Amino acid sequence: MTIPIVFQQPRSLKMLATFRRFIRWLTRVQVALALIMLVLMFYMIIIPLYRMVETTVTWQAHDLTRVPDAVVGELTIFHYVRMLTGVLGRIYMYTPLQHSMTIAIGATLLSLLIGGSLAWLVVRTDMPGRKLVNQLALIPYIMPSWTLAQAWLVLFKNRLSGGTPGVFEFLVGQNPPNWLSYGPVPIIICSALHYYTFFFLFVSAALMSIDSNLEEAGELMGASRWRILRKITFPLVMPAILSGFIMTFSKVMGTFGGPNILGTPVRYYVVATMIRGSMGVGDKADGFVLAIVLILFSVITISLNQRLVGTRKSYETIGGRGFVAQVSKLGKKKYALRNAAIIFQILVIVLPLGLLILSTVMLRDGNYSFSNLSLQHWIGARNTIYNHGEPGVLRNPKIYKTAWNSIRLSLWTAFFTALLGVLLGYAIVKGRGTRLSKLVEQLAYIPYVIPGIAFGAVYIAMFIKPLGPIPALYGTFALLVIVSVAKHIPYSSRSGVSAMMQVGRELEEAGQIAGANVWQRFRRLIFPLTSAGFVAGFLLTFITTMRELSLIILLVTPQTQVLASQTMFYIENGDGQMANVVILILISIVALGNFIIGRFRGGSLKKGLGM
Amino acid sequence: MDTTITIENLTKRFGKVVAVDNVSLTIEPGAFLTLLGPSGCGKTTLLRCVAGLADPDAGEIYIGDKLVFSYERGISLPAGQRDLGLVFQNYALWPHMTVYKNMAFALEIQKLPKDEIDLLVKEALVEVHMAEYEDRYPREMSGGQQQRIALARMLAYRPKLFLMDEPLSNLDARLRMDMRAEIKRLHRVAGATTIYVTHDQVEALTMSSSIAVMKEGVLQQVGTPDRIYHYPANLFVADFIGNPKVNLLDGVVNENNSVDLGRFKIAMDTSNASEKVVVAVRPEDIAISAEPVQGAVEFTAYSILPSGADSTIMARLGGTEITVREMGISKIEMDDKIWLKFNPDTLNLYDKESGKLIVSKN
Repeated sequence: MTIPIVFQQPRSLKMLATFRRFIRWLTRVQVALALIMLVLMFYMIIIPLYRMVETTVTWQAHDLTRVPDAVVGELTIFHYVRMLTGVLGRIYMYTPLQHSMTIAIGATLLSLLIGGSLAWLVVRTDMPGRKLVNQLALIPYIMPSWTLAQAWLVLFKNRLSGGTPGVFEFLVGQNPPNWLSYGPVPIIICSALHYYTFFFLFVSAALMSIDSNLEEAGELMGASRWRILRKITFPLVMPAILSGFIMTFSKVMGTFGGPNILGTPVRYYVVATMIRGSMGVGDKADGFVLAIVLILFSVITISLNQRLVGTRKSYETIGGRGFVAQVSKLGKKKYALRNAAIIFQILVIVLPLGLLILSTVMLRDGNYSFSNLSLQHWIGARNTIYNHGEPGVLRNPKIYKTAWNSIRLSLWTAFFTALLGVLLGYAIVKGRGTRLSKLVEQLAYIPYVIPGIAFGAVYIAMFIKPLGPIPALYGTFALLVIVSVAKHIPYSSRSGVSAMMQVGRELEEAGQIAGANVWQRFRRLIFPLTSAGFVAGFLLTFITTMRELSLIILLVTPQTQVLASQTMFYIENGDGQMANVVILILISIVALGNFIIGRFRGGSLKKGLGM
Repeated sequence: MDTTITIENLTKRFGKVVAVDNVSLTIEPGAFLTLLGPSGCGKTTLLRCVAGLADPDAGEIYIGDKLVFSYERGISLPAGQRDLGLVFQNYALWPHMTVYKNMAFALEIQKLPKDEIDLLVKEALVEVHMAEYEDRYPREMSGGQQQRIALARMLAYRPKLFLMDEPLSNLDARLRMDMRAEIKRLHRVAGATTIYVTHDQVEALTMSSSIAVMKEGVLQQVGTPDRIYHYPANLFVADFIGNPKVNLLDGVVNENNSVDLGRFKIAMDTSNASEKVVVAVRPEDIAISAEPVQGAVEFTAYSILPSGADSTIMARLGGTEITVREMGISKIEMDDKIWLKFNPDTLNLYDKESGKLIVSKN
């Protein structure tokens, strides 16, 4: 089988060998995959970011109304000057930014407090009913983030908007003050009650992985319990807290729903609602400037945070090895604590759902008499008096189409994200130690720090015009899938990496030795072995996409409307009760999806988060 | 079976680290060659290069007369086309497949008919005495059983070359003994050329027809276990092989064919020797006596370690410590005076500077 090349020139022989070696490097599976992933991410992440920046530093056709002698396409700092200085700067940028920061920091700290305490109670105490508390803790995350905001309004709505009284006023007989009904306080509370799941998951995993010998060692040396908590336990869970911080902070910074529902009525604007406002009036460049500032702000905050804590491990998974954790005895307080924990959880799950249901069965909002109960919003026929003439949700063909869009979008996104997860995991893990692998891993991290609404804005910049072989995708369903997949890349790569790490390279090498080609290895070894991770990734993505609003709010059109954005349009249209029906349907679909996928092996929310 | 393995000037780097450094090695057809060395010596990397799981940075590899790798010509056959089998250190049994499926995998890839696959799988299972385990999943078996299945998976498709990467290192001592015998037997029956990687010198000595000792990527010596044990080519090999360890005594050569070891002298052939040398003597080659003997040197018994069949005695004289092996349970007590006698025919002489063997025993 030797190759007869004896009579060839030595030089061409050398070149031939070099060429063959290059081809072999290129066709090595992890290299080829990594290169494909790089190209993909370049298109999905880098080019959109570039196009967005480009738009902000060149004259746009829209600007001609303000500056008639501008040359469209020429470089300018006009948009930055406009948005960052003077009165406009204060209105559009500094005040909203201040609000965003207030909300993000407030919500993050409050979630840490709630999630961290619950995690400690569940993992490290002898509190009865820990299992139940553990299961309930995941539920708020399944509900859309603005569910609580809507429920809050049902409860605390005051006379400021519309004039119909909320449940609070009906029960207490007093008009709640503005600070309780709208603005930062309710936004922070509602966000925290949604996002505390992150802290709960991260911190409980970290607490579980701490070998209690470390703490016992401290105890033997005579340290007090508080001292042990402060000096040993706390530093050990610090990376987990940091992960939760980064995740929550960047989510809240880019969240649109809650602030739009609870902030906009009192003109409490955050950057996210500002971006939407600018984009809505066609000022793309202005919106992009805001988005860029938002991105920069979250990047800076996150990196400062990492510097401060002095660990870069935050992003890494904390493996949940099952040590026998040392359990704190709560004594007599344990029943009281259990009751408090469970009542709290019921309050944040059952009460909002109850309020939403209540609001949907009232014919006229704010009228709490029995005679006002009606299913008009659910199954009522078209009637011009109600909801601007829209029939009840279950009789509304538009809603069926929207629901189908939501499911379709979530399934496609979940499928591609999970698939991408396996491929990214393979490329990164198999190439460990090479620069290529590192580059792929770092690139995959970028969407993580870009707030949702800004990411949506990025995509408008990219796909409003054709780009190379890619047509202008604005307004298409495909664009929604692409943006959702792109935003999920950090999660998919992380869960893919942890799934591949568990597979270990020998299992695939054994297949290589047995003569299996790439396709056979993936089909018969890699895919089956990572199936648990695949299912978990699928489940998580399905749920998050189903209730994602901030990311797609700028990109949906009447044809591609999904349930999440539909609720927002109903709310903005003054049909809050219709919105609440849609929210309830959305929650049911998510819960059903969660249940179905949970039947499959390994399908759990925790695994989807790469834990 | 007639598969010669030829490795020529093979080099493999990882960044700046040279894992395999210009190794040339020929393995005779049907041989059982062990790559032996401490961890990090490049033995596993060399094995992976042969297997086709790693691409070397220079050199050539032939399996039989087939050129499977040549850096210069840019050739590298995929592992699956090299006609070899590999038993991994952690077995690498596919956890989602039964024993049968694990073993049939390679045969299915080769598109053999079903009944033939069945025959080959069952035959291999019988060879490793695991016939009744075909429906088990890997996690349902003990480590030793998984080990046997890993072997059977390789045997099933009858490769020309067997590769084994520390296959016994995860087993307990007792099971390891049994498996050594089993693997040796399987090799004899199959007759396939085998490359076996281990860091355990006893394993290497007991199983191999030939041993290649490596250190820091460089091949130190290749030879039969007998030659490696009795005529280590350098101080590293001498020190690495043998348990208890060889005695290495620093000395200075005298004109009159003797080596001055400080407290005492040993008479031996010192032609070609430079001034500073190291005398190597195996513990079992030293005669020990509780009474003064003509030509023996007086030592003190520092510690006695009897182990049934033999006893290891640590003897001291000033700063010199010598390990001696005596058959049976020793009668010597700690702190007793003992007399050691060195037989010039059992001594190897090494150059202190280069570590190379200068004068070998007869």
